[in-house]
Amino acid sequence: MNIMIVGVGGQGTLLASRILGRVAIKAGFDVKISEVHGMSQRGGSVTTYVKYGDKVYSPIIDKGEADIILAFEMLEALRAVPFLKIGGKMIANTQEINPMPVITGAAKYPADIEKKISKKLNLQAVDALALAKQAGTIKAVNVVLIGLLAKSTDVAKQIWLETIRETVPEKFVDLNLKAFELGYNI
Amino acid sequence: MKKLMLGNEAVARGAYEAGVTVVSSYPGTPSTEITENIVKYDNIYVEWAPNEKVAAEVAVGAATGGARAMSCMKHVGLNVMADPVFTISYRGINGGLVFCVADDPGMHSSQNEQDSRHYAEAAKILMLEPSDSGECRDFTKLAYELSEKYDTPVFLRLHTRVSHSQSLVEELEPVDYRLKDYEKNPGKNVMTPANAIRAHVRVEERMAKLSELANTTDVNRIEDNGSKIGVITSGISYMYSKEALGDSVNYLKLGMVYPLPKKLIKDFAAKCDKVYVIEELDPFIENFCRQIGVDVIGKDVFTLLGEYTPAMIKKQVLGVDPVENIVMDEDAPVRPPVMCAGCPHRGTYYVLKKLGLNVFGDIGCYTLGANAPLSAMDTNLCMGAAIGEAHGIGKARGNDFAKTAVSVIGDSTFIHSGITGLINMVYNKSINTVLILDNSITGMTGHQDNPTTGYTIRKEPTKQVNLITLCKGIGVDSISVVDPFDVKGLTKTLKEETAKEEPSVIIVQRPCALLPEMRKTYSGHCVITDKCRKCKMCMQLGCPAISVDGGTVKIDTTQCNGCGLCENVCPFGAIEKED
Ligand SMILES: Cc1ncc(C[n+]2csc(CCOP(=O)(O)OP(=O)(O)O)c2C)c(N)n1
Repeated sequence: MNIMIVGVGGQGTLLASRILGRVAIKAGFDVKISEVHGMSQRGGSVTTYVKYGDKVYSPIIDKGEADIILAFEMLEALRAVPFLKIGGKMIANTQEINPMPVITGAAKYPADIEKKISKKLNLQAVDALALAKQAGTIKAVNVVLIGLLAKSTDVAKQIWLETIRETVPEKFVDLNLKAFELGYNI
Repeated sequence: MKKLMLGNEAVARGAYEAGVTVVSSYPGTPSTEITENIVKYDNIYVEWAPNEKVAAEVAVGAATGGARAMSCMKHVGLNVMADPVFTISYRGINGGLVFCVADDPGMHSSQNEQDSRHYAEAAKILMLEPSDSGECRDFTKLAYELSEKYDTPVFLRLHTRVSHSQSLVEELEPVDYRLKDYEKNPGKNVMTPANAIRAHVRVEERMAKLSELANTTDVNRIEDNGSKIGVITSGISYMYSKEALGDSVNYLKLGMVYPLPKKLIKDFAAKCDKVYVIEELDPFIENFCRQIGVDVIGKDVFTLLGEYTPAMIKKQVLGVDPVENIVMDEDAPVRPPVMCAGCPHRGTYYVLKKLGLNVFGDIGCYTLGANAPLSAMDTNLCMGAAIGEAHGIGKARGNDFAKTAVSVIGDSTFIHSGITGLINMVYNKSINTVLILDNSITGMTGHQDNPTTGYTIRKEPTKQVNLITLCKGIGVDSISVVDPFDVKGLTKTLKEETAKEEPSVIIVQRPCALLPEMRKTYSGHCVITDKCRKCKMCMQLGCPAISVDGGTVKIDTTQCNGCGLCENVCPFGAIEKED
C-alpha cells in the first residue's frame, strides 16, 4: 500500500505519517516512511510517503503509484495528482493557503480546484478545519484527516484508536479520539 | 520488538549499542537528528560544537583518549572538518572513531550536492554506506569494530532518504566497551614530518589490507538471481534498484563504498553479459570499475544530477516505461519556503530593502530574505562567507561602495565561522557594517542551542557568549543592539553606521517566533481596520498571513501570531491587535 501525504510545512503532516506508520506495524506489515525535514518545513510544500506491505524496498513513491493521497491543502492536492495511481483515491482538506508567489501577485491561486480534480479522479474533499474546531482545536486537523484515511484502508479501526492513544500526549487523547471519530464517520 | 526508526535515530542507537561515550557535532540537515537522538542516552557525553572542525577535533581527542567517539555533519560540514580528518587518517586512533556524513542529492536543504565519497578516497578513510535504518544501526557498530581493528577513522555515509526515512530496527543490548588506556605516544600522535612520513607508510599498508577486506566482508554481497544482467549499487540506490528490478537481475550490493572490492567486482561482472552501476551523483564506483578493466554502463544512461527513482531505473535497465499517471491541465504555482509569521528576520530585510543596500548574506533561515517580495539579499555561499565577501567587494570597489555593502549573518553562523571574517575585516581596515541576526537559536536546522544561547544540548544552563564584548575584543568600536521590529530605530542605526569610516557591528536581536518563550509572548492576532487606504505597504513584508483579496488587504488569523511588525510599518495606523 502506497500512501502519500502532502501539505504545507507546519500543518502537522509528520504526526499523521507517524501514526499511519505505527498502525501499519501493528497490522503486521513491513513499513517505510520517508519524511521531509529542514528547509521546506518553513512553510514550503511538504510530502511524506508511507509504504507498507510484505516487504518494502524504496521509501519513496513514483508518479502514478500512490494508492491513496491525503492532502492537507487544496493547492498541494492539485500538485500531487500525478502521483496517484489510476483508480486511486484522493482525500483532501478544503483549506486553501496562499503560497508566497500568490501573495506577491506573481501567480494566481487556481480557482475551483475541487471541481477540476473531481473530474479526473475519485476525490473526497472535506472541510477538516471545521471538524477539528468541532473537536476542540484547529490543531487536530491532522487527526481528522487520519480518521478519513482510516476509513479508506483495510486496517481495523481498533488499531487506529489504539495507536492514537499511544502516540499523542495523554492530556490530548480524548480530543484527538474525538477528532478521529469525526473524520472516520463522515 | 522491532521499532520504526529514522535512519538517523538508528545511527544513534548503533552508537549507543557500540559503547560510544563521546559525541560532538554541528547541526546540518539531513544529519541533525543523529546527535539529537544521542541525547536520549544518559551515559553518552554529547555536545553541539561551534562548527564541524571543532566537533571533529573533540571526537579525535576522545578517541585518542581511548573512548569510542563520533562526530556527525552534513556533506558540506565535511569541507569544514576536512583539515583534522585528513591527518587523523595518518595518526590512526585508539578508541574507535566514526564520522557520520549525510549527503543531500536533490538538495532538499543544501547549497550544493557534493558527493562525499571523494573525501573517503582523498583522505584514505574506509567508508560504509547503509541502505535503511536496520543497516544504519548495524553499520555503525561495524564501523567501530573496523576502526579499532585497522587503526583508522571510519566514515558512515548517509543520504537524505536514508537519514529521514523510517524503517524497522530491532533494539539490541549495548556491548560492554571499556575505555582503553591512554598512553603518550608521540611517534604515532605527533605529526611532525618525520613521523608523518612513517605514518603514510602505515596508511598505505592499511589501505591494501582494507582493499582485501572489501572482497570478503559480509556487507559487500552478491545476490545471484541467475540473470545475465548485473547491477552494482549501494545505499539508497540499492533499494530503488530492488524496487524497480526485483529478482530479474543479479546484484552486487556494496555496503563498503571505499575502498572498493576489485576481485569481487571482476568475479561478479564475469558472470554477466551486461553490468550497470546504479549510483546517484558522481561516477565513483563506475570509474573504479573502468580503472580495473570492467566495462559497465553508468552515467552514459543515468544522470549526474539529483535523486534517482525506481521508475527511472526500470526504464533504463528493462526498457519499461513508467506507469501512466493523471495529468492536470493546469500547473500548480510553486510553494517555496518562507519566513514564518512573526519571524524576526522579516523586519531586518524590510529595512535593508528600503535602504537599497548591497547585502552579502549567509546560510540560515535568513537566507529566505533573498526571495520576493523582500528580495533583499545579493549573495550567499557557505557558512561564514558573508563577512569575507563584503570585505572583498569593498576592497575591489573602494570605500564608497563598502559603505553600501553590509553583511548579514545569523548567531549560529557567526559563531561557526563569522568571527574570523570579522577579525580580518578589522585587521585589514574595512569600513563595512556587519549585522548579526541574533534570534537566540540555530533556527534553520530546527532549534539547536549554540554558544550564544546560554544552554547546552541537554538544556543545562552554561556560559553565554557576549557578542558585544566579543566584537569589542576583536577591535570593533562601533557596536549597537537593535530590535528588528523597531523599524524606525533599525533604519536610523543602519544609516548612521554605514556612513561611518570604520567597521561597525549591529546586533539585531529578537528571538525566533517559534521558540516557546516567544509563543507565550505573542498573543492574539492583527486585524486591518477601516483606516486602511490600501497602500499595500504591509504587503512588502512578505508575511504569509497577509494577502490581498479583491483589492482588500486581509490578515489570515489562523496564521497570524500577533507579532505586530505590520502594525509598525503601516503608515495610517490601520492595523491593530486583537485578542
Ligand atoms: C558547513 C555547514 N554546516 C551546517 C550547515 C547547515 N546549516 C545551514 S543554516 C544553519 C544554521 C543557521 O543558524 P543561524 O545562523 O543562527 O540562523 P537562523 O537559521 O537561526 O536564522 C546550519 C547549521 C551548512 N549549511 N553548512
